[in-house]
Amino acid sequence: MDITGSELFVKALREEQVDILFGYPGGQAIDLFDALYGQRDIKVILPRHEQGLIHAADGYARSTGKVGVCLVTSGPGATNLVTGVATANYDSVPLVCFTGQVTTNLIGNDAFQEVDIVGITRNICKYAVTVRNRQDLGKIIKKAFFIARTGKPGVVVVDLPKDIQSAYGEDTYPQTIDVRGYKPSNTVHDGQIKKAIEALNQARKPLFLIGGGVNIAGAGKEMRQLAELTGMPVVTTIMGKGAIPTSHPLYVGNIGIHAGYAANAAISECDVLFSIGTRFNDRITGKTDTFAKNATLIHIDVDPASISRNIAVDIPIVADAKKAIEILLKKSNRLDCKDWLKQIMAWKEAYPLTMKSKGLTPQRIIEEINQSFQSAVVVTDVGQNQLWATQFLELDENRQLLTSGGLGTMGYGFPAAIGAKLGNPQKNVIVICGDGGMQMNIQEMATAVVHELSVIVCILNNGYLGNVRQWQEMFYHKRYSGTCLRYRKRCESDCSKPGKSCPEYTPDFIKLAESYGACGIRVTQAEEIKAALRAAINNLSAPTVIEFIIDPEENVLPIVPPGSPLSEMIMEY
Amino acid sequence: MKKRWLCLFVENEIGVLARISGLFSSKSYNLDSLTVGTTEDETISRMTISIYSDDQIFEQIKKQLNRTVEVIKVIDYTDLSIYSREIMFLKIKKCTEADKTGIFRFAQVYNVKVLDFNKTTVLLECVQVENENDKVIKLLSERFDNPFEIIRGGSVAIEAV
Repeated sequence: MDITGSELFVKALREEQVDILFGYPGGQAIDLFDALYGQRDIKVILPRHEQGLIHAADGYARSTGKVGVCLVTSGPGATNLVTGVATANYDSVPLVCFTGQVTTNLIGNDAFQEVDIVGITRNICKYAVTVRNRQDLGKIIKKAFFIARTGKPGVVVVDLPKDIQSAYGEDTYPQTIDVRGYKPSNTVHDGQIKKAIEALNQARKPLFLIGGGVNIAGAGKEMRQLAELTGMPVVTTIMGKGAIPTSHPLYVGNIGIHAGYAANAAISECDVLFSIGTRFNDRITGKTDTFAKNATLIHIDVDPASISRNIAVDIPIVADAKKAIEILLKKSNRLDCKDWLKQIMAWKEAYPLTMKSKGLTPQRIIEEINQSFQSAVVVTDVGQNQLWATQFLELDENRQLLTSGGLGTMGYGFPAAIGAKLGNPQKNVIVICGDGGMQMNIQEMATAVVHELSVIVCILNNGYLGNVRQWQEMFYHKRYSGTCLRYRKRCESDCSKPGKSCPEYTPDFIKLAESYGACGIRVTQAEEIKAALRAAINNLSAPTVIEFIIDPEENVLPIVPPGSPLSEMIMEY
Repeated sequence: MKKRWLCLFVENEIGVLARISGLFSSKSYNLDSLTVGTTEDETISRMTISIYSDDQIFEQIKKQLNRTVEVIKVIDYTDLSIYSREIMFLKIKKCTEADKTGIFRFAQVYNVKVLDFNKTTVLLECVQVENENDKVIKLLSERFDNPFEIIRGGSVAIEAV
């Protein structure tokens, strides 16, 4: 039986077991929305802006492991997705983004709301394609889901011209697909594993470096077993944090420019660095030619292009993290590294991650969050809030962290939390964000309110774009250029100090939350944190915004100055 | 740093050339030349790419191309026995009769074909390996002061039998 392209689109979503779609309609997507009308299998969520929409799909995908699905109209609808496409793709999040497009005969004519979204997103997604023939539609949607979720997951953009949406054609949706140019690695090379084991057996100071790939592969349990079997200490990247419980005796901490001393020292001192699912981003390596300079490097990654790209590797292993760890579990044995572990833990004790200041500090707030939630999805925004969260959050199999690690997208946190809550209605979902990032997608408060999502938003309000301000303080002689959010017209342009006479902050987050129908609580004393969190937990039918008024000049420490080796950390400032 | 050759089999679809050239520009890889054309299978296009790079960047380029969905196969021609040819047209202007005689003689010696000429202009065609075409340009500009116009097609290459 012949059906329209839009009907096949809905059928395809059902076959791909899509239960939630994040959509914003418009002239060139109206047929697709029409086909979604009245059905009950796929819940359509209408965020208030397409950027919020795609971050919500991203948060849904990261927290559930399923593919997030976006549907927007052509032109501005599509271009508003762009930041979210790059954000998700950078962190290997599986998304399929459908964009409406003008009819095929108008493409290239500068038609109303026409934009070449495939051309725009080509370099920031895994695959982008325009459907040009109705008979290819089913095959292309199948291909899109297959590419998004397999190998190193990523974003696929499918551009759907309006005439394809309305054209009649076959109703069949393929069960399988073969893409001749795309064959994700399914095997693990025995010889390379053997070499890795040999290197480990000779090591005196072996160290695991775990990246986001282990979390994406769902290999946390196996990773923990492997660490326990070998007795090797574990450090992580921000994206890998939580791969083994942060309270585990073998866990040292994050490495990188805001890491604790022990983790970075372990990198500098280790003799075998066994890294899994990381691409050695500049934020973790510091100066590359001094990174793990005494070590033999083993690197497992599903993406061959991530191996030996930033750091030269001695033993490369192209494989899915989970499959490789499962094999390692069969072939590894206990290593003699007790003294090494003792040394690292002594460093950790001597130089703990802690904040010197007293009162309502980010550390105190995050520690209260640790104590208040046994199971949770914690979503951060980007900036100091994210760095503090990744320093102090305790994670395990019941507490997951979502953060924009690669692109570092401000405005990510709140909408991603909405997506996470939709995907995990039974779990507590907490956002840790700054006052700057919160304002980038604050319109999504309406989405959270109308869907009765009890997301808990913790705004750490310091009145500044804090991370940039910190760099200005440390490396730019306190020239606070463009970073003060209390600034008003009457202020001097060369201000370098917040004070009592500073103008009032705008907006009033409490009144703003209330105007949306959410609950707002302002916290100014450390003693009020617990009660505020408790009130938020008890507010089950609407979001709660807790605004924490923190020290305007609180810094993230330690810090490795830009371009320096990891060993050169500024511990105090 | 050295000159490398790649052969690419890609999907014959709209946008694939942009995908490949976009990959080079977005990663700041230096592309010397790129040619593309259809093959015996109309769903597949074949590209010949020359790159000047060091070993590490070249490895990364191959990996990046291989992970591109539209790329079916990447073959490194750098150390293989291959045949390659580049077409080049040269239009030499403001020629006197003596210039023309010299150019015709030059053409006979250096395997260059005279395609067309009039009173003042000669059009030459050279189909040779890229280096030989470089040499022709060099020799011509050394021997003749005439202004000339060049268009080069980029190399196509195939493995030897």
